[in-house]
Amino acid sequence: MTVEFVLAAYKWDFSLVPNYLHLWMKGLGVTLAYSVGTILGGMVIGVVCGMLLLARTKWITLPVHYYVEIFRCTPLLVQIVWFYFALPIVLDVTMPDWFAAGLGLTLYMGAFATEIVRGGIISIDKGQWQASRALGMTWLELMQHIILPQAIKRMTPPFVNQSIIQLKNTSLLYVVAIPDLMYTGSIIVSDTFRPLEVYSVVAIAYFVILYPLTLWAARLEARVDQ
Amino acid sequence: MTNSPLTSDGAMVRVDGLRKSYGQVEAVRGVSLEVQRGEVVVIIGPSGCGKSTFLRCINLLEEPQAGSLRVLDRRIEFGPKNSIPKGRELARFRAGIGMVFQQFDLFPHKTVLDNVMAGPVIVKKMAKVDAEPIARDLLAKVGLAGFTARYPRELSGGQQQRVAIARAMAMQPAIMLFDEVTSALDPELVGEVLDVMKQLAAEGTTMMVVTHEMSFAQDVADRIVVMDAGQVVEQGEAAEVLMRPKNARTAQFLSRFHGTREVKTSKD
Repeated sequence: MTVEFVLAAYKWDFSLVPNYLHLWMKGLGVTLAYSVGTILGGMVIGVVCGMLLLARTKWITLPVHYYVEIFRCTPLLVQIVWFYFALPIVLDVTMPDWFAAGLGLTLYMGAFATEIVRGGIISIDKGQWQASRALGMTWLELMQHIILPQAIKRMTPPFVNQSIIQLKNTSLLYVVAIPDLMYTGSIIVSDTFRPLEVYSVVAIAYFVILYPLTLWAARLEARVDQ
Repeated sequence: MTNSPLTSDGAMVRVDGLRKSYGQVEAVRGVSLEVQRGEVVVIIGPSGCGKSTFLRCINLLEEPQAGSLRVLDRRIEFGPKNSIPKGRELARFRAGIGMVFQQFDLFPHKTVLDNVMAGPVIVKKMAKVDAEPIARDLLAKVGLAGFTARYPRELSGGQQQRVAIARAMAMQPAIMLFDEVTSALDPELVGEVLDVMKQLAAEGTTMMVVTHEMSFAQDVADRIVVMDAGQVVEQGEAAEVLMRPKNARTAQFLSRFHGTREVKTSKD
Protein backbone atom coordinates (compact mmCIF):
# COMPACT_ATOMS: atom_id res chain seq x y z
CA MET A 1 0.00 0.00 0.00
CA THR A 2 2.69 2.43 1.00
CA VAL A 3 4.76 1.68 -2.09
CA GLU A 4 1.86 2.42 -4.41
CA PHE A 5 1.19 5.55 -2.53
CA VAL A 6 4.75 6.74 -2.81
CA LEU A 7 4.95 5.98 -6.52
CA ALA A 8 1.74 7.77 -7.20
CA ALA A 9 2.94 10.72 -5.21
CA TYR A 10 6.30 10.98 -6.93
CA LYS A 11 6.47 14.11 -8.99
CA TRP A 12 8.51 13.57 -12.12
CA ASP A 13 10.64 16.53 -12.93
CA PHE A 14 12.85 16.41 -16.01
CA SER A 15 13.53 20.13 -15.98
CA LEU A 16 17.06 19.67 -14.65
CA VAL A 17 18.09 17.13 -17.28
CA PRO A 18 18.83 19.53 -20.18
CA ASN A 19 21.10 21.61 -17.96
CA TYR A 20 23.70 18.92 -18.31
CA LEU A 21 23.52 18.69 -22.10
CA HIS A 22 27.24 19.13 -22.44
CA LEU A 23 27.92 16.25 -20.04
CA TRP A 24 25.32 14.08 -21.75
CA MET A 25 26.95 14.61 -25.09
CA LYS A 26 30.36 13.78 -23.71
CA GLY A 27 29.00 10.62 -22.12
CA LEU A 28 27.32 9.63 -25.35
CA GLY A 29 30.58 10.26 -27.19
CA VAL A 30 32.51 8.04 -24.77
CA THR A 31 29.94 5.24 -25.09
CA LEU A 32 30.05 5.40 -28.89
CA ALA A 33 33.84 5.63 -28.95
CA TYR A 34 34.24 2.57 -26.73
CA SER A 35 31.62 0.71 -28.74
CA VAL A 36 33.26 1.42 -32.09
CA GLY A 37 36.77 0.93 -30.74
CA THR A 38 36.15 -2.36 -28.98
CA ILE A 39 33.99 -3.69 -31.82
CA LEU A 40 36.69 -2.91 -34.39
CA GLY A 41 39.39 -4.32 -32.13
CA GLY A 42 37.28 -7.41 -31.53
CA MET A 43 36.67 -7.74 -35.26
CA VAL A 44 40.40 -7.79 -36.01
CA ILE A 45 40.94 -10.39 -33.29
CA GLY A 46 37.97 -12.35 -34.61
CA VAL A 47 39.24 -12.46 -38.18
CA VAL A 48 42.74 -13.51 -37.13
CA CYS A 49 41.67 -16.04 -34.50
CA GLY A 50 38.76 -17.32 -36.59
CA MET A 51 41.18 -18.14 -39.40
CA LEU A 52 43.67 -19.66 -36.97
CA LEU A 53 40.94 -22.04 -35.79
CA LEU A 54 40.91 -23.49 -39.32
CA ALA A 55 44.54 -24.57 -38.97
CA ARG A 56 45.26 -28.28 -38.83
CA THR A 57 47.75 -28.21 -35.98
CA LYS A 58 46.51 -28.36 -32.42
CA TRP A 59 49.32 -26.07 -31.32
CA ILE A 60 47.56 -23.27 -33.12
CA THR A 61 43.90 -24.12 -32.58
CA LEU A 62 44.12 -25.11 -28.92
CA PRO A 63 45.34 -21.75 -27.52
CA VAL A 64 42.73 -19.93 -29.60
CA HIS A 65 40.08 -22.34 -28.42
CA TYR A 66 40.97 -21.69 -24.79
CA TYR A 67 41.04 -17.95 -25.33
CA VAL A 68 37.50 -18.10 -26.68
CA GLU A 69 36.22 -20.36 -23.93
CA ILE A 70 37.80 -18.32 -21.12
CA PHE A 71 36.09 -15.17 -22.33
CA ARG A 72 32.81 -16.91 -23.00
CA CYS A 73 32.74 -18.63 -19.64
CA THR A 74 33.59 -15.75 -17.31
CA PRO A 75 31.36 -12.74 -16.66
CA LEU A 76 32.22 -9.65 -18.64
CA LEU A 77 32.08 -7.53 -15.52
CA VAL A 78 34.78 -9.69 -13.95
CA GLN A 79 36.88 -9.43 -17.12
CA ILE A 80 36.67 -5.65 -17.17
CA VAL A 81 37.63 -5.36 -13.53
CA TRP A 82 40.41 -7.91 -13.85
CA PHE A 83 42.00 -6.32 -16.91
CA TYR A 84 41.69 -2.90 -15.36
CA PHE A 85 43.17 -3.67 -11.94
CA ALA A 86 45.05 -6.97 -12.14
CA LEU A 87 46.62 -7.10 -15.57
CA PRO A 88 48.90 -4.06 -15.16
CA ILE A 89 50.21 -5.65 -11.94
CA VAL A 90 50.57 -9.12 -13.45
CA LEU A 91 52.50 -7.75 -16.42
CA ASP A 92 54.19 -5.09 -14.33
CA VAL A 93 53.44 -2.43 -16.88
CA THR A 94 51.64 0.86 -16.64
CA MET A 95 48.95 1.47 -19.21
CA PRO A 96 46.58 4.37 -19.63
CA ASP A 97 43.30 3.93 -17.75
CA TRP A 98 41.19 4.31 -20.86
CA PHE A 99 43.17 1.51 -22.52
CA ALA A 100 43.05 -0.91 -19.59
CA ALA A 101 39.33 -0.29 -19.27
CA GLY A 102 38.68 -1.18 -22.92
CA LEU A 103 40.89 -4.26 -22.95
CA GLY A 104 38.39 -6.60 -21.33
CA LEU A 105 35.61 -5.41 -23.63
CA THR A 106 37.77 -5.80 -26.71
CA LEU A 107 38.92 -9.30 -25.86
CA TYR A 108 35.36 -10.26 -24.99
CA MET A 109 34.13 -9.03 -28.36
CA GLY A 110 37.09 -10.77 -29.99
CA ALA A 111 36.09 -14.11 -28.50
CA PHE A 112 32.58 -13.91 -29.91
CA ALA A 113 33.80 -12.51 -33.23
CA THR A 114 36.19 -15.47 -33.49
CA GLU A 115 33.29 -17.87 -33.25
CA ILE A 116 31.30 -15.85 -35.78
CA VAL A 117 34.17 -15.83 -38.29
CA ARG A 118 34.90 -19.51 -37.83
CA GLY A 119 31.21 -20.39 -38.07
CA GLY A 120 30.77 -18.30 -41.20
CA ILE A 121 33.70 -19.93 -42.95
CA ILE A 122 32.89 -23.52 -42.07
CA SER A 123 29.26 -22.98 -43.08
CA ILE A 124 30.42 -22.69 -46.70
CA ASP A 125 29.82 -25.95 -48.54
CA LYS A 126 32.95 -28.07 -48.88
CA GLY A 127 32.24 -28.34 -52.59
CA GLN A 128 33.23 -24.69 -52.90
CA TRP A 129 36.64 -25.51 -51.46
CA GLN A 130 37.24 -28.51 -53.69
CA ALA A 131 36.04 -26.71 -56.82
CA SER A 132 38.37 -23.78 -56.06
CA ARG A 133 41.28 -26.07 -55.34
CA ALA A 134 40.62 -28.09 -58.47
CA LEU A 135 40.82 -24.89 -60.53
CA GLY A 136 44.27 -24.31 -59.07
CA MET A 137 43.58 -21.60 -56.53
CA THR A 138 45.94 -21.14 -53.62
CA TRP A 139 44.53 -20.88 -50.10
CA LEU A 140 44.67 -17.10 -50.21
CA GLU A 141 43.02 -16.92 -53.61
CA LEU A 142 40.16 -19.19 -52.69
CA MET A 143 39.66 -17.38 -49.38
CA GLN A 144 39.64 -13.97 -51.00
CA HIS A 145 37.54 -14.73 -54.07
CA ILE A 146 35.33 -17.67 -53.17
CA ILE A 147 34.98 -18.41 -49.46
CA LEU A 148 35.05 -14.99 -47.75
CA PRO A 149 32.65 -13.20 -50.12
CA GLN A 150 30.07 -15.87 -49.30
CA ALA A 151 30.99 -16.22 -45.63
CA ILE A 152 30.96 -12.50 -44.85
CA LYS A 153 27.36 -12.31 -45.99
CA ARG A 154 26.50 -15.00 -43.44
CA MET A 155 28.66 -13.46 -40.71
CA THR A 156 27.07 -10.04 -40.93
CA PRO A 157 23.78 -10.62 -39.05
CA PRO A 158 25.37 -12.35 -36.02
CA PHE A 159 28.08 -9.74 -36.04
CA VAL A 160 25.59 -6.88 -35.99
CA ASN A 161 23.72 -8.63 -33.18
CA GLN A 162 26.90 -9.05 -31.17
CA SER A 163 27.75 -5.39 -31.79
CA ILE A 164 24.39 -4.35 -30.38
CA ILE A 165 25.11 -6.40 -27.26
CA GLN A 166 28.57 -4.86 -27.15
CA LEU A 167 27.19 -1.32 -27.18
CA LYS A 168 25.01 -2.18 -24.20
CA ASN A 169 27.94 -3.85 -22.48
CA THR A 170 29.97 -0.65 -22.54
CA SER A 171 27.71 0.51 -19.69
CA LEU A 172 29.71 -1.89 -17.49
CA LEU A 173 32.63 0.53 -17.81
CA TYR A 174 30.75 2.32 -15.06
CA VAL A 175 32.60 0.18 -12.50
CA VAL A 176 36.01 1.49 -13.55
CA ALA A 177 34.82 5.09 -13.62
CA ILE A 178 34.98 5.61 -17.38
CA PRO A 179 32.65 8.57 -18.04
CA ASP A 180 30.34 6.85 -20.52
CA LEU A 181 26.60 7.43 -20.75
CA MET A 182 25.89 5.34 -17.66
CA TYR A 183 28.63 6.82 -15.49
CA THR A 184 27.73 10.33 -16.65
CA GLY A 185 24.20 9.57 -15.50
CA SER A 186 25.45 8.67 -12.04
CA ILE A 187 27.38 11.93 -11.84
CA ILE A 188 24.33 13.94 -12.81
CA VAL A 189 22.30 12.01 -10.25
CA SER A 190 24.70 12.98 -7.49
CA ASP A 191 24.32 16.56 -8.58
CA THR A 192 20.56 16.69 -9.02
CA PHE A 193 19.25 13.95 -6.69
CA ARG A 194 16.91 13.01 -9.51
CA PRO A 195 17.90 9.33 -10.15
CA LEU A 196 14.56 8.27 -11.63
CA GLU A 197 14.54 10.97 -14.25
CA VAL A 198 18.24 10.71 -15.04
CA TYR A 199 18.34 6.92 -15.38
CA SER A 200 15.17 7.04 -17.43
CA VAL A 201 16.95 9.37 -19.83
CA VAL A 202 19.94 7.03 -19.88
CA ALA A 203 17.69 4.09 -20.75
CA ILE A 204 15.91 6.06 -23.45
CA ALA A 205 19.23 7.14 -24.95
CA TYR A 206 20.42 3.53 -25.27
CA PHE A 207 17.10 2.55 -26.78
CA VAL A 208 17.12 5.35 -29.32
CA ILE A 209 20.58 4.31 -30.51
CA LEU A 210 19.97 0.58 -30.52
CA TYR A 211 16.44 0.19 -31.79
CA PRO A 212 17.26 1.29 -35.35
CA LEU A 213 20.26 -1.02 -35.27
CA THR A 214 18.12 -4.02 -34.34
CA LEU A 215 15.72 -3.19 -37.16
CA TRP A 216 18.66 -3.05 -39.52
CA ALA A 217 19.97 -6.39 -38.19
CA ALA A 218 16.58 -7.99 -38.78
CA ARG A 219 16.56 -6.73 -42.35
CA LEU A 220 20.05 -8.07 -42.94
CA GLU A 221 19.05 -11.45 -41.62
CA ALA A 222 16.03 -11.57 -43.89
CA ARG A 223 18.21 -10.74 -46.87
CA VAL A 224 20.73 -13.47 -46.11
CA ASP A 225 17.94 -16.03 -45.68
CA GLN A 226 16.73 -15.47 -49.23
CA MET B 1 58.92 -49.23 -62.38
CA THR B 2 60.80 -46.63 -64.45
CA ASN B 3 59.02 -45.12 -67.40
CA SER B 4 59.97 -46.97 -70.52
CA PRO B 5 60.36 -44.56 -73.42
CA LEU B 6 57.60 -46.31 -75.32
CA THR B 7 54.88 -45.86 -72.77
CA SER B 8 55.92 -42.51 -71.40
CA ASP B 9 55.95 -40.87 -74.81
CA GLY B 10 52.31 -39.99 -75.26
CA ALA B 11 51.19 -40.79 -71.73
CA MET B 12 49.39 -37.87 -70.19
CA VAL B 13 48.93 -39.58 -66.86
CA ARG B 14 50.81 -42.48 -65.40
CA VAL B 15 49.87 -43.96 -62.07
CA ASP B 16 51.88 -46.65 -60.31
CA GLY B 17 50.81 -48.68 -57.29
CA LEU B 18 48.60 -45.93 -55.89
CA ARG B 19 47.22 -46.49 -52.42
CA LYS B 20 44.84 -44.39 -50.37
CA SER B 21 43.28 -45.29 -47.06
CA TYR B 22 41.16 -43.54 -44.49
CA GLY B 23 42.27 -44.86 -41.13
CA GLN B 24 41.73 -48.61 -41.33
CA VAL B 25 39.75 -48.51 -44.55
CA GLU B 26 41.77 -48.90 -47.74
CA ALA B 27 39.83 -47.19 -50.52
CA VAL B 28 42.43 -47.55 -53.26
CA ARG B 29 44.68 -50.60 -53.05
CA GLY B 30 47.52 -50.36 -55.49
CA VAL B 31 46.16 -49.01 -58.75
CA SER B 32 48.39 -48.62 -61.80
CA LEU B 33 47.07 -46.95 -64.91
CA GLU B 34 48.17 -45.00 -67.93
CA VAL B 35 46.19 -42.51 -69.92
CA GLN B 36 47.44 -41.50 -73.37
CA ARG B 37 47.05 -38.08 -74.89
CA GLY B 38 43.56 -37.70 -76.36
CA GLU B 39 42.35 -40.91 -74.77
CA VAL B 40 38.98 -41.23 -73.05
CA VAL B 41 39.23 -43.64 -70.14
CA VAL B 42 36.00 -44.55 -68.42
CA ILE B 43 36.24 -46.03 -64.95
CA ILE B 44 33.32 -48.14 -63.82
CA GLY B 45 32.61 -50.35 -60.86
CA PRO B 46 30.16 -50.88 -58.02
CA SER B 47 29.52 -48.14 -55.46
CA GLY B 48 32.32 -47.87 -52.94
CA CYS B 49 34.86 -49.55 -55.19
CA GLY B 50 37.22 -46.59 -54.81
CA LYS B 51 36.86 -45.18 -58.32
CA SER B 52 35.95 -41.65 -57.17
CA THR B 53 38.71 -41.64 -54.56
CA PHE B 54 41.13 -42.79 -57.22
CA LEU B 55 40.07 -39.96 -59.52
CA ARG B 56 40.45 -37.41 -56.72
CA CYS B 57 44.00 -38.63 -56.19
CA ILE B 58 44.92 -37.61 -59.75
CA ASN B 59 44.66 -33.88 -58.90
CA LEU B 60 45.63 -34.48 -55.27
CA LEU B 61 42.28 -33.53 -53.77
CA GLU B 62 43.08 -36.71 -51.88
CA GLU B 63 46.63 -37.41 -50.77
CA PRO B 64 47.65 -40.98 -51.54
CA GLN B 65 49.91 -42.77 -49.06
CA ALA B 66 51.87 -44.88 -51.48
CA GLY B 67 52.76 -45.18 -55.12
CA SER B 68 53.56 -42.53 -57.66
CA LEU B 69 51.77 -40.27 -60.08
CA ARG B 70 52.91 -38.49 -63.18
CA VAL B 71 50.83 -35.91 -65.01
CA LEU B 72 52.56 -34.61 -68.13
CA ASP B 73 56.15 -34.16 -66.96
CA ARG B 74 55.36 -33.65 -63.28
CA ARG B 75 56.21 -36.74 -61.27
CA ILE B 76 55.11 -37.10 -57.66
CA GLU B 77 56.06 -39.82 -55.20
CA PHE B 78 53.95 -40.83 -52.23
CA GLY B 79 54.96 -42.69 -49.14
CA PRO B 80 58.51 -42.66 -47.71
CA LYS B 81 59.96 -40.63 -50.61
CA ASN B 82 56.96 -38.30 -50.44
CA SER B 83 57.20 -35.39 -52.86
CA ILE B 84 53.67 -34.04 -52.66
CA PRO B 85 53.80 -30.37 -53.69
CA LYS B 86 52.55 -27.78 -51.22
CA GLY B 87 51.03 -24.33 -51.43
CA ARG B 88 51.52 -22.48 -54.68
CA GLU B 89 53.23 -25.44 -56.33
CA LEU B 90 50.29 -27.70 -55.54
CA ALA B 91 47.88 -25.09 -56.86
CA ARG B 92 49.87 -24.85 -60.08
CA PHE B 93 49.83 -28.62 -60.47
CA ARG B 94 46.06 -28.69 -60.10
CA ALA B 95 45.61 -25.80 -62.52
CA GLY B 96 46.67 -28.10 -65.35
CA ILE B 97 43.95 -30.64 -64.52
CA GLY B 98 40.26 -29.88 -64.99
CA MET B 99 37.70 -31.50 -62.75
CA VAL B 100 33.92 -31.64 -62.76
CA PHE B 101 32.00 -32.84 -59.71
CA GLN B 102 28.75 -34.62 -59.00
CA GLN B 103 27.22 -31.58 -57.26
CA PHE B 104 28.46 -29.01 -59.86
CA ASP B 105 29.86 -26.79 -57.07
CA LEU B 106 29.47 -23.58 -59.05
CA PHE B 107 30.26 -20.36 -57.19
CA PRO B 108 26.79 -19.09 -56.15
CA HIS B 109 27.89 -15.48 -55.69
CA LYS B 110 29.20 -15.20 -59.24
CA THR B 111 27.33 -15.03 -62.52
CA VAL B 112 27.63 -17.84 -65.02
CA LEU B 113 30.16 -15.79 -66.99
CA ASP B 114 32.21 -14.98 -63.88
CA ASN B 115 32.18 -18.63 -62.89
CA VAL B 116 33.77 -19.59 -66.18
CA MET B 117 36.20 -16.66 -65.98
CA ALA B 118 37.18 -17.51 -62.38
CA GLY B 119 40.04 -19.84 -63.28
CA PRO B 120 41.79 -17.63 -65.86
CA VAL B 121 41.24 -14.43 -63.85
CA ILE B 122 41.96 -15.63 -60.31
CA VAL B 123 44.54 -18.31 -60.98
CA LYS B 124 46.23 -17.21 -64.20
CA LYS B 125 45.80 -13.48 -63.41
CA MET B 126 44.48 -12.98 -66.90
CA ALA B 127 42.90 -9.57 -67.59
CA LYS B 128 39.10 -9.74 -67.56
CA VAL B 129 38.87 -8.37 -71.09
CA ASP B 130 41.02 -11.26 -72.28
CA ALA B 131 39.24 -13.91 -70.23
CA GLU B 132 35.75 -12.87 -71.22
CA PRO B 133 35.85 -13.93 -74.89
CA ILE B 134 37.29 -17.30 -73.86
CA ALA B 135 34.49 -17.76 -71.37
CA ARG B 136 31.82 -16.66 -73.84
CA ASP B 137 33.13 -19.09 -76.47
CA LEU B 138 33.06 -21.97 -74.00
CA LEU B 139 29.56 -21.11 -72.83
CA ALA B 140 28.41 -21.00 -76.44
CA LYS B 141 30.02 -24.38 -76.95
CA VAL B 142 28.07 -25.94 -74.07
CA GLY B 143 24.89 -24.32 -75.41
CA LEU B 144 24.53 -21.60 -72.79
CA ALA B 145 25.46 -18.47 -74.73
CA GLY B 146 22.29 -16.74 -73.54
CA PHE B 147 22.86 -17.45 -69.86
CA THR B 148 26.02 -15.49 -69.14
CA ALA B 149 24.39 -12.95 -66.81
CA ARG B 150 22.39 -15.52 -64.83
CA TYR B 151 23.32 -16.83 -61.41
CA PRO B 152 23.78 -20.58 -60.87
CA ARG B 153 20.63 -20.90 -58.73
CA GLU B 154 18.56 -19.74 -61.70
CA LEU B 155 19.73 -22.68 -63.81
CA SER B 156 18.63 -26.31 -64.00
CA GLY B 157 21.01 -28.99 -62.79
CA GLY B 158 21.95 -29.93 -66.34
CA GLN B 159 22.69 -26.32 -67.22
CA GLN B 160 24.73 -25.87 -64.05
CA GLN B 161 26.78 -28.94 -64.85
CA ARG B 162 27.47 -27.64 -68.36
CA VAL B 163 28.68 -24.37 -66.82
CA ALA B 164 30.93 -26.39 -64.52
CA ILE B 165 32.42 -28.16 -67.55
CA ALA B 166 33.02 -24.80 -69.24
CA ARG B 167 34.58 -23.46 -66.03
CA ALA B 168 37.05 -26.34 -65.92
CA MET B 169 37.79 -26.10 -69.66
CA ALA B 170 38.56 -22.39 -69.34
CA MET B 171 41.87 -23.33 -67.71
CA GLN B 172 42.78 -25.25 -70.89
CA PRO B 173 43.68 -28.30 -68.83
CA ALA B 174 45.82 -31.10 -70.14
CA ILE B 175 43.26 -33.59 -68.89
CA MET B 176 39.68 -33.48 -67.68
CA LEU B 177 38.42 -35.52 -64.74
CA PHE B 178 34.70 -36.24 -64.50
CA ASP B 179 33.47 -37.56 -61.16
CA GLU B 180 29.98 -39.02 -61.56
CA VAL B 181 28.87 -35.78 -63.15
CA THR B 182 25.38 -37.00 -64.08
CA SER B 183 24.54 -38.84 -60.85
CA ALA B 184 22.83 -35.85 -59.21
CA LEU B 185 20.78 -34.96 -62.29
CA ASP B 186 17.18 -35.69 -63.10
CA PRO B 187 17.12 -38.40 -65.77
CA GLU B 188 15.84 -36.08 -68.48
CA LEU B 189 18.82 -33.74 -67.94
CA VAL B 190 21.52 -36.39 -68.17
CA GLY B 191 21.60 -36.37 -71.97
CA GLU B 192 22.55 -32.72 -72.41
CA VAL B 193 25.57 -33.13 -70.14
CA LEU B 194 26.69 -36.35 -71.80
CA ASP B 195 26.36 -34.66 -75.20
CA VAL B 196 28.81 -31.97 -74.13
CA MET B 197 31.21 -34.64 -72.89
CA LYS B 198 30.90 -36.55 -76.16
CA GLN B 199 31.73 -33.37 -78.01
CA LEU B 200 34.83 -32.83 -75.88
CA ALA B 201 35.89 -36.42 -76.48
CA ALA B 202 35.42 -35.99 -80.23
CA GLU B 203 37.68 -32.94 -80.14
CA GLY B 204 40.47 -35.03 -78.69
CA THR B 205 40.26 -33.96 -75.03
CA THR B 206 42.05 -36.34 -72.72
CA MET B 207 39.42 -37.51 -70.25
CA MET B 208 39.12 -39.73 -67.21
CA VAL B 209 35.47 -40.38 -66.51
CA VAL B 210 33.99 -42.07 -63.46
CA THR B 211 30.39 -42.88 -64.29
CA HIS B 212 27.47 -45.23 -64.01
CA GLU B 213 26.31 -44.32 -67.52
CA MET B 214 27.15 -47.52 -69.36
CA SER B 215 25.82 -46.37 -72.70
CA PHE B 216 28.17 -43.39 -72.52
CA ALA B 217 31.02 -45.74 -71.68
CA GLN B 218 30.15 -47.90 -74.65
CA ASP B 219 29.84 -45.01 -77.10
CA VAL B 220 32.71 -42.79 -76.04
CA ALA B 221 35.32 -44.74 -74.08
CA ASP B 222 38.55 -45.65 -75.80
CA ARG B 223 39.20 -47.87 -72.83
CA ILE B 224 37.16 -49.08 -69.92
CA VAL B 225 38.70 -49.70 -66.54
CA VAL B 226 36.73 -51.80 -64.09
CA MET B 227 37.45 -51.32 -60.41
CA ASP B 228 36.34 -53.43 -57.51
CA ALA B 229 37.32 -53.20 -53.85
CA GLY B 230 39.97 -50.58 -54.56
CA GLN B 231 41.69 -52.45 -57.37
CA VAL B 232 41.58 -52.55 -61.14
CA VAL B 233 40.08 -55.93 -61.98
CA GLU B 234 39.86 -55.55 -65.72
CA GLN B 235 40.55 -53.10 -68.47
CA GLY B 236 40.41 -52.98 -72.22
CA GLU B 237 38.50 -51.73 -75.22
CA ALA B 238 34.94 -50.77 -74.46
CA ALA B 239 33.24 -53.37 -76.60
CA GLU B 240 35.55 -56.08 -75.33
CA VAL B 241 35.04 -55.35 -71.64
CA LEU B 242 31.32 -54.68 -71.84
CA MET B 243 30.42 -57.61 -74.07
CA ARG B 244 33.01 -60.24 -73.15
CA PRO B 245 34.23 -59.49 -69.65
CA LYS B 246 36.96 -61.85 -68.54
CA ASN B 247 36.59 -61.20 -64.86
CA ALA B 248 33.76 -62.78 -62.88
CA ARG B 249 33.17 -59.62 -60.82
CA THR B 250 32.98 -57.56 -63.98
CA ALA B 251 30.49 -59.92 -65.50
CA GLN B 252 28.35 -59.80 -62.40
CA PHE B 253 28.51 -56.01 -62.29
CA LEU B 254 27.66 -55.69 -65.96
CA SER B 255 24.76 -58.12 -65.89
CA ARG B 256 22.62 -55.45 -64.26
CA PHE B 257 23.57 -52.95 -66.92
CA HIS B 258 22.82 -55.28 -69.78
CA GLY B 259 19.38 -55.75 -68.36
CA THR B 260 18.63 -52.03 -68.24
CA ARG B 261 20.20 -51.36 -71.63
CA GLU B 262 17.88 -53.84 -73.33
CA VAL B 263 14.92 -52.04 -71.82
CA LYS B 264 16.30 -48.76 -73.14
CA THR B 265 16.94 -49.97 -76.67
CA SER B 266 13.53 -51.59 -76.93
CA LYS B 267 11.96 -48.22 -76.08
CA ASP B 268 13.92 -46.31 -78.73
